[in-house]
Amino acid sequence: MSDWALNLRAGMARAYARTVGATREPSWVVFDVLLPLLGVAAYIYYYRALGASPAFEGFVVLGGAMTAFWLNVLWGMAAQLYWEREVGNLQLFMVAPMSRMALLAGMALGGLFTSAVRALSTLVLGTLIFQVHMSVEDPLALAAVFSLTMLAVYGMGMVLSSLFLMYGRDAWNISNLMQEPVYLVSGFYFPVRELGLGVSALATLIPVTLGLDAMRQLLFGAASQGLLPVWLEASMLAVQAAAFFLLARFSLDRMEQRGRREGRLTLRWQ
Amino acid sequence: MAPAIEVRSLSRVFSGRGNTLALDNVDLTVEEGELFGLLGPNGAGKTTLIKILCTLLLPSSGTASVLGHDVDADAKQIRKRINMVSGGEISGYGLLTIRENLWMFTQFYGVPGKVARERIDSLLEAFGLQDKADAKLRTVSTGQRQKMNIIRGFATDPELIFLDEPTLGLDVSTSIAIRNYLREWVRERSGRTMLLTTHYMREAEELCDRVAIIDRGRIVAVDTPAGLKRRVGSGSSFLIETTPFDPEPMRSLPGMRGMTARPADGHMNIRMVLDDESVIADVISSIVSSGARVIGLSKNEPTLEDAFMHLVGRGLE
Repeated sequence: MSDWALNLRAGMARAYARTVGATREPSWVVFDVLLPLLGVAAYIYYYRALGASPAFEGFVVLGGAMTAFWLNVLWGMAAQLYWEREVGNLQLFMVAPMSRMALLAGMALGGLFTSAVRALSTLVLGTLIFQVHMSVEDPLALAAVFSLTMLAVYGMGMVLSSLFLMYGRDAWNISNLMQEPVYLVSGFYFPVRELGLGVSALATLIPVTLGLDAMRQLLFGAASQGLLPVWLEASMLAVQAAAFFLLARFSLDRMEQRGRREGRLTLRWQ
Repeated sequence: MAPAIEVRSLSRVFSGRGNTLALDNVDLTVEEGELFGLLGPNGAGKTTLIKILCTLLLPSSGTASVLGHDVDADAKQIRKRINMVSGGEISGYGLLTIRENLWMFTQFYGVPGKVARERIDSLLEAFGLQDKADAKLRTVSTGQRQKMNIIRGFATDPELIFLDEPTLGLDVSTSIAIRNYLREWVRERSGRTMLLTTHYMREAEELCDRVAIIDRGRIVAVDTPAGLKRRVGSGSSFLIETTPFDPEPMRSLPGMRGMTARPADGHMNIRMVLDDESVIADVISSIVSSGARVIGLSKNEPTLEDAFMHLVGRGLE
């Protein structure tokens, strides 16, 4: 069997496990649909109280939807190898001949199911409840930007997961650091340009910044105060996706070898 | 034909608060088709050796090759052809059924779907687990879970399987069922090799073609179970039943090779291996001078436990 076929089987099997597992304990749907809406509502009422442009309410709904994917990358993917070690699965994954990237891709694909439910519900319910107006004039461009954003963001998640493989609880702090602060610097609920050119430029190193900015431009036009032209942001996302995947491959190999040397692939509670 | 496992001058040091030498200059050869046992107490280095051979750990020095491939340089080639099962292992996902968990693990080895399903069904039947095949993993007992783990190891049809204490903590009937399967697996499939670690003497004696006794990271002896027992010599293995007392000082008696003492029903059962039977007089004097009374004394044919005591100087427990 070719490596390609092996990795495809492995990735699909891991995605199946996560998807089927989610359907067997459906209580998460209630929390993943209702709780994000509360956060979105808070920002919307805040903007309304300030008399901000109605487009800002749309930014909040879009940002709230994208939060689902960002959280999945941080906690459902990056931290996943740490959890697998804690529950005793990691050493079985490591003894298997599949590529570690195939395993992570499977986790990502499976995680996309729950994230997509959360994101779609936030988008649809948020739009209906708060009467948000979006116009999708170029659906292909929107789909392309969204896809590139997913690739780049999940590629970044693979790099982070290699850190979790090695550093365990210490990597936890990195994930925490990348949760709330990234909502701010990536402009989840407002145009990132408002942070000034320097901070915005630095924030573009995080793919979700570029993805959100490009999607805002495609959905809300001039009101979105875009940072860069959409085509440029899409190109940068494509480069980031490729770079993160290459970096993830290198980093996973290196961290695995280091884990073998230091005995960290099998030890729990680190 | 290359050996299934070849280990030369292998050492492994764990860094931490002071270095711990887990394996100390180990040499070992396991031939293809062997059911080979590693027998030693907890902390002897058995699991460390298995983890190196399974490519989960790197040696600190020395070399190890598995199925002709170096564990450091060719890990991927090794992984395609081996599998590993640990006793007391907690693996899989509780929300998936036993069958789904097994299927998932076969896919990590690229086993085609139809082959995987047939193999899983056949193994579930062999282990008497077919009734629980569609039960969620989190709902089954420890023994059933361990059976699933063992099926997971065999479902990928490995050329070489590593079993680390596979019957640890299991009830007698489950342990017997597992041992029967392990014995048949090696006998009925030409060229398949099994490396089994255990601290159950009986398991090693019943199953293994050859046994390596490992203690404090060193291989003390490698032989067939019968060969190891022959090293003890006949007429020097005794079981003494006494009233309770502290037998530890007897370890330093001249001619005492090894000893285990276990309390039982208000008495003390002391199993010992002596240089020769003349030493028994000193042993009895020592017991009496300690204020204890000898209730029973028997001379036994040497067991693997006696062989272990003879070589290591103490029992496994």
